[in-house]
Amino acid sequence: MNPVFEIRRNYLIITVDGELDHYMADQIRLKADTYLEGTRIKNVIFNFQHTTFMDSSGVGVIMGRYKQVRRMKGKLYAVHMNDSIKRIILISGLHKLVCERDSIEDALKSE
Amino acid sequence: MGHQAFWKKTDTDTSEKQAGEELWEQERNIRDNKMEVSILAIPENEQLARMLVTAFVMPLNPTIEELSDIKTAVSEAVTNAIIHGYPKELFFGEEKYVHITCRNEEHTLHVKIQDEGVGIEDVKKAMEPMYTTKPELERSGMGFAFMEAFMDGILVKSKLQKGVTVIMNKTIGKEVCHE
Repeated sequence: MNPVFEIRRNYLIITVDGELDHYMADQIRLKADTYLEGTRIKNVIFNFQHTTFMDSSGVGVIMGRYKQVRRMKGKLYAVHMNDSIKRIILISGLHKLVCERDSIEDALKSE
Repeated sequence: MGHQAFWKKTDTDTSEKQAGEELWEQERNIRDNKMEVSILAIPENEQLARMLVTAFVMPLNPTIEELSDIKTAVSEAVTNAIIHGYPKELFFGEEKYVHITCRNEEHTLHVKIQDEGVGIEDVKKAMEPMYTTKPELERSGMGFAFMEAFMDGILVKSKLQKGVTVIMNKTIGKEVCHE
């Protein structure tokens, strides 16, 4: 399944349906760049509500987006993470860079 | 243990073959099983590889967490084979395969992921966390670290221009004792 992109205020919401592996990560990377270039987007929200799986390719794509939002002094949020995704985030050390929120609304509120 | 009889090659002599089969029936643990598949080395097949191994390990009754561990480890090894074993710039348009062998023995899953790609020059270096040869592709360098974290054992063998073999195992159902 394809990732879904949505813009709200200066937030880019990336909803990952299904499995965030190398194949999906490549698709996110290519499309996210076109959204982030030359727009006023500052923050990125990864919505994992319908994500059933993630591996190190997912870690790579999150780290890549983190570098981009940091350049714009923005923040990177992750919402609706299930236990296995939380574990990957923890083992990879990403929890130090990513702000965890319960829902998209929570993430939008936090600025 | 049953596996010795299970792997024993049956002889051409019929009586011995029969005896062998009986032994196989008697000694083979009901969970013992084996699978060998070769899949085309394309990113779309990483999901297929995960699904195959997941389906194979189901009779061992893994927990959701164990299943997720195995899925991640297999995904890492297969992705490595596809991206690093057969880099596009060298193998574009060529039909290359990743070979997956699974074996259930009692409560342990053994899985072997093999490619015939470029190989790894320094396996030890490659296994260091955060080390990657492809930062431009946003590779995190966590692949081997995840395989180590999520499986009980891992062995990586490689010869330049011959390919890489990753052998991993995980015993199912021991989480309960640990926690």
